[in-house]
Amino acid sequence: MTDTAPTVPDDRAPRGVGARLLRKEDDRFLRGRGQYVADIRLPGLKDVAFVRSPIAHARIKAIHVPAEYRDVVFTADDLTGIKPIRAVSGLPGFKISEQPVLAVGKVRHVGELVAMCVARSRAEAEDIAASVELDLEPLPAVHDMRLARDPGSALVHEHWGDNVFLETNFEVDISAALDAPIKVTREISTARQCMAPLEGRGVVATFDHRLDQLTLYTGSQMPHIVRNGLSDCLGIEQGCIRIIAPDIGGGFGHKGILLPEEVCLSWLAMHKGWTVRWLEDRREHLSASANCREHAYNITVYADRDGRLRGIDCVATVDSGAYSSYPFSACLEAAQIASILPGPYRMPAYRCRTYSVATNKCPILPYRGVARTGVCFALELLLDAVAAEAGLEPGEVRLRNLVQPQDMPFDNITNKHFDSGDYPGALRRALTAIDVPAVRARQQRGEPDGRLIGTGVSIYCEQAAHGTSVYAGWGIPMVPGHEQATARLTPDGGLELRVGVHSHGQGLETTLAQVAHEILGVDPDKIRVILGDTAMTPYSTGTWGSRSMVMAGGAVGTACEQLVARATRIGAKLLQLAPEAVTWREGRACGPNGSVGLAEIAHTWYRRPQDLPNDVDPSGLEVTGGYKPVRDSGTFSYAAHAVTVAVDPDLGEVELLDYVIVEDGGVLVNPMIVDGQILGGLAQGIGTALYEEMPFDEAAQPLATTLADYLLPGPTEVPEPRLFHMETPSPYTMFGVKGIGEGGAIAPPAAIANAVNDALRPLGAELMQSPLSPHRIVAAVLAAKQASSP
Amino acid sequence: MKAASFNYERPKSVRDALGLLAKAEGEARIMAGGQSLGPMLNLRLVQPPLIIDIASIAELRTIEHDGDALVIGACVTHADIEDGRLPDVTHGVLPRIARGIAYRAVRNRGTIGGSLGHADPAADWVTTLTALGASVQLTGAAGQRDLAVAEFIQGALQTALRPGELVTAIRIPSLSSTARFGYAKACRKPGEFAHAMGAVLIEPDKVRNRIVIGAIDTTPIVVNDSSLFGGATTHLTQQFDRALADRLLMQAGVTDPAARHIHVSVLARAIAEATA
Repeated sequence: MTDTAPTVPDDRAPRGVGARLLRKEDDRFLRGRGQYVADIRLPGLKDVAFVRSPIAHARIKAIHVPAEYRDVVFTADDLTGIKPIRAVSGLPGFKISEQPVLAVGKVRHVGELVAMCVARSRAEAEDIAASVELDLEPLPAVHDMRLARDPGSALVHEHWGDNVFLETNFEVDISAALDAPIKVTREISTARQCMAPLEGRGVVATFDHRLDQLTLYTGSQMPHIVRNGLSDCLGIEQGCIRIIAPDIGGGFGHKGILLPEEVCLSWLAMHKGWTVRWLEDRREHLSASANCREHAYNITVYADRDGRLRGIDCVATVDSGAYSSYPFSACLEAAQIASILPGPYRMPAYRCRTYSVATNKCPILPYRGVARTGVCFALELLLDAVAAEAGLEPGEVRLRNLVQPQDMPFDNITNKHFDSGDYPGALRRALTAIDVPAVRARQQRGEPDGRLIGTGVSIYCEQAAHGTSVYAGWGIPMVPGHEQATARLTPDGGLELRVGVHSHGQGLETTLAQVAHEILGVDPDKIRVILGDTAMTPYSTGTWGSRSMVMAGGAVGTACEQLVARATRIGAKLLQLAPEAVTWREGRACGPNGSVGLAEIAHTWYRRPQDLPNDVDPSGLEVTGGYKPVRDSGTFSYAAHAVTVAVDPDLGEVELLDYVIVEDGGVLVNPMIVDGQILGGLAQGIGTALYEEMPFDEAAQPLATTLADYLLPGPTEVPEPRLFHMETPSPYTMFGVKGIGEGGAIAPPAAIANAVNDALRPLGAELMQSPLSPHRIVAAVLAAKQASSP
Repeated sequence: MKAASFNYERPKSVRDALGLLAKAEGEARIMAGGQSLGPMLNLRLVQPPLIIDIASIAELRTIEHDGDALVIGACVTHADIEDGRLPDVTHGVLPRIARGIAYRAVRNRGTIGGSLGHADPAADWVTTLTALGASVQLTGAAGQRDLAVAEFIQGALQTALRPGELVTAIRIPSLSSTARFGYAKACRKPGEFAHAMGAVLIEPDKVRNRIVIGAIDTTPIVVNDSSLFGGATTHLTQQFDRALADRLLMQAGVTDPAARHIHVSVLARAIAEATA
C-alpha cells in the first residue's frame, strides 16, 4: 500500500531576492481578517456625516442649524485654532490656495465640506446633515479648464486675478524642428477620473489623555506626512499626534493626501473629547474627495520622412480643481508633463508650456502613473500619426527613435537620467509576440461579423524612487531624504522590521522580509514587518512614486547588513574567535571549525548576557539603518504593451483579443508580486482607456455619482495578458531593483487607442480622447463618413 | 449614504398588502425585490415613511396556465425564470432574457413585477414583454384589471398604477410554433444598464410583427405593422428601413445622432436574429 508522501516544505527553496514567495499577509486577507479603519471599534464611538456643498461655486450667506442640533453640528465658526490646508510649491509663480477644512465665505466645488454632524450612527448623522439648511448665492462656475483662462472667466480664487495655479515653460531650441517635412498636430484629452480603491478613505479620531496624544486611525499611504500636515493645521506639536494607518485596501494615490476630514475629526477628538469616525462612502469618493488625470494637450510632433523625430511642441493644461492638495500640490501633475513628455525617445528640439488651472471641481491628486498615463497617451498617439504620415509601421517609427541600450545611462532632452534598459529590445519582443504581420493579413481578409481589427503598441518609462534632488526642485511640503528602517532581533531569533512606508496591496510584508532573509538568513516566517504607525516606525514620506521597494528595501537591507556585523561580533565571542575569522552564512556566524546560529546569538545577548565577556560590542541587536541609492534621480523601469482589438463600428464596442506586455523592472524581488502589480495596473489602464470618466455639466456638477455611472472594468473587461519579463538591473540601487508599482496602468490607454485607431483607419476615423466610449467611437465613425461624402 | 428612517412591513397576503397600502394614503412604497428601490433609498432619492415588502407573499410567486397564456406571479424572480422553474411558453425567450439581466446577485432577488412596476426604460422586461404582447394584472381595493404592458408603461419610471394598486401578475401569451423572436441590446459592460435595446416578434401565422425599441428616456417605441420594412413581409433584414427607425427615434426625443445610430444598429441585429 502506498500513501502519498506529505509535502515537506523545502527549507532550501530560495526565499530571498528573486523568489516567488507566497505573500505572508495573505493568510489574514484571504480569511477576511484584515483590519481596516472601518473595523476599528472603540468605546463610545460616534459617527460623523458632513454637510457638503450641493453647488460648485457660491457665496455662503448663512448656514441654518436647527436649534435641537446646535450641540452636534459644527461649522467653520466653531473650529477655533484651525489653519487651512496649504500645499505650496516652490516653483516660481505658483499661486497659493488656502483650503479651509470647513468652508469659509465661499464654496468652491460640489462636495466641499460645510458642516459636520455627529450622532450615534451614520444614518442619524445624515438625518441631521439633511436638516441643516444652506443659504447659498450661486456664482458662475468654472467648469472647463480650456475656458478657465479666458478673460472674463469667473474666478475660483478672486484675489489671484486669474485661474492659473502655475504656468511653466521649457524649451530646447524648437526653431530647429520647424522645417521638418512631417508635422502632425492633434488636440488630445484625457477624462477626469476617480481612483476607486476597494476601501475608501476612513478616519477614527480619539484622544489619549495618559499620553496627551491625539490618536488618528486613517487609511493613509503616508502616515508621517499626515502627521506633518495635521500638526500644521491643528497648531500642536508632532509629539501630541499619533497616526495609525491599519490595513489599507488599495491606495493608488487616493490615500496620499491630507484630508479636511482628518483635520475636522481631530478637532472633535481634541476639543469635544469624543471618539469619532467618518467613513467615506462611494458617492463621497466619486464626487467630493479628489479626482485625477484631466489633461488637455495641443501637441505637434515634427519628424523627417524616415520617421526620425525632429522635435515636439506642446501646450498642456491640467484641471487641478479648486485647491492644491497636500502634500503633492496642484502643480506637480502639469509640471511633470513638461519634464517627462519626451520619455525614452531621442530628439534635438523640444518645447512644452503647461498650465495648472483652477476650476470649481474637487482637487486632483496623483493617481498611479501620475502624469505619465496622459503623457504616454498623448505622445504615443502622435507617434502613430507620424507613422501614418511616413507610411511606416508604428513599431518601426519607435525603433528608429528609442534610446539604444549601448547609450545607457542616458540623459534625455529634459535631462531625465535613464539608469539602464533595452527599450528597442522590449519593443521587438512585443511586436513579435503580438505578430503584427499576422494582424495585417487578418485585416486584409476582413471579419465575417463586420468588425474591424486593429493592433497598437505603446511604450512608457516609469521614473521611480526619485528622491531629494528631484523633489527639492518642486519645493512642495514633502521632500524625501534618506529612508530608514529598523531591524530588531527578538530574543527567540525572530526579526522585527519597522518601516515608515506602507503597504496597501503591494505585498511589502513579504518582499521586505525577502530582502532581510537574503542578507540575514532569518526564516521569512519569523520576520514581522511593522508598518503604518508613526509611534512604531521611522519617519518616512511613505509609499508613493513606486519608491518603497527601492527605498525601504534598501533601508531594510542596510539595517540587516549592520545587524549581520553586530551578530557576527557576538557570534565570534561565542566561538571564541576574532571577528575577522568569522563569516556570516545563511543565518549563522561561521568559523573554521564550527558555527553559531542567529537564535542562539539572540538568546545569549538578551537572556544570558552572563555568557558574554565584558568587552562585547554593547550596541545590541536593534539597528536603524538609512539608505539612498547611489544616485537619487530615480530608477527607470519600462515596458512595451501591444494589443490587438476588434472594433464594432456600428455599436462602438471594443474587444481586446490579445494583450502582450514585455516589461523590465530591473531585478525583481518577487516576480509573482510584480506580475500582480502589472495585472492590477492593466485593469486600471483598461478602465482609463475604455470606461472611466467623471463628467461635469456647465454648472460643474459631477455627473457620475454612483458606480452605475462611473464604470470600472471587471472580470469580463480584463483579458489575461501574455506577460514577458526582462531584467536589466539598475546600477544605482541595492540588488539592482527598480520601482514597478505604476507601470501596468500607464501604457494600456495609449496601446488600446492606437489599436482602435488602427482598426478605424480604413474609415478615416480617429479618436484622440479617452475613454474611447462606444458613443465617441460611433460619433467619430459618423463624422468620418460625413466628411468623406460630398 | 444611509437611507432615511422608514417603517417596514412584510405582509403575508395581497389582501394585507392592499390594506397597508390603503392606510398609507399614497405615502408608501412597494418593495418587490429591492434591487432598484434599495439604492434609491440609500441615496435618499426616495424617502417614503413606509416600505411594504411584498416579496414573501406566496400568492405572488405562483405560476399557472390560463388557456393559451402563462400567468406569472409578480414576485417570481429573474433567477426563477433563468433557471427554468416555470413552464416555457416562449420557446426559450423568457429564460434567455432573464439570463441577461444585470448580475446573478440582482437576479436572485429582483422580480419581474418589481421590474415592470419600477418602469426603468432600460429594463429588459419592459422592452421584451411589450414585444411579446404581455399584460399586467393590477389589483386594488376595487378589484382587478388587466393592462397591456405597452399601456402600463407610461414613461421613464412612470406607470398606469393607480393609488392603492399593486402589480400582482404578468400574463404572457404563448408563442405559436412559427413565431420568431429577436433581441439585442448594447451595454457598456455585461450586466450594466443597456443604452440601446431592440426586440422583434414576427408571427407569420397571424401576419403580425411587433418591433420595440427600448432603453430610451421614455416609453419604448412600438411598431405594430410592417412600415419599418416598407410594407414587405419577407426578406425583412434587407428591407429594414434604417432611416425610418432613425426618424422614430428622433421623434421620441433621441437627438444625438451617434446614440440613434447605436439604437438603429441594435434593432437591425434583433431583426436579423428574428429573420435568420
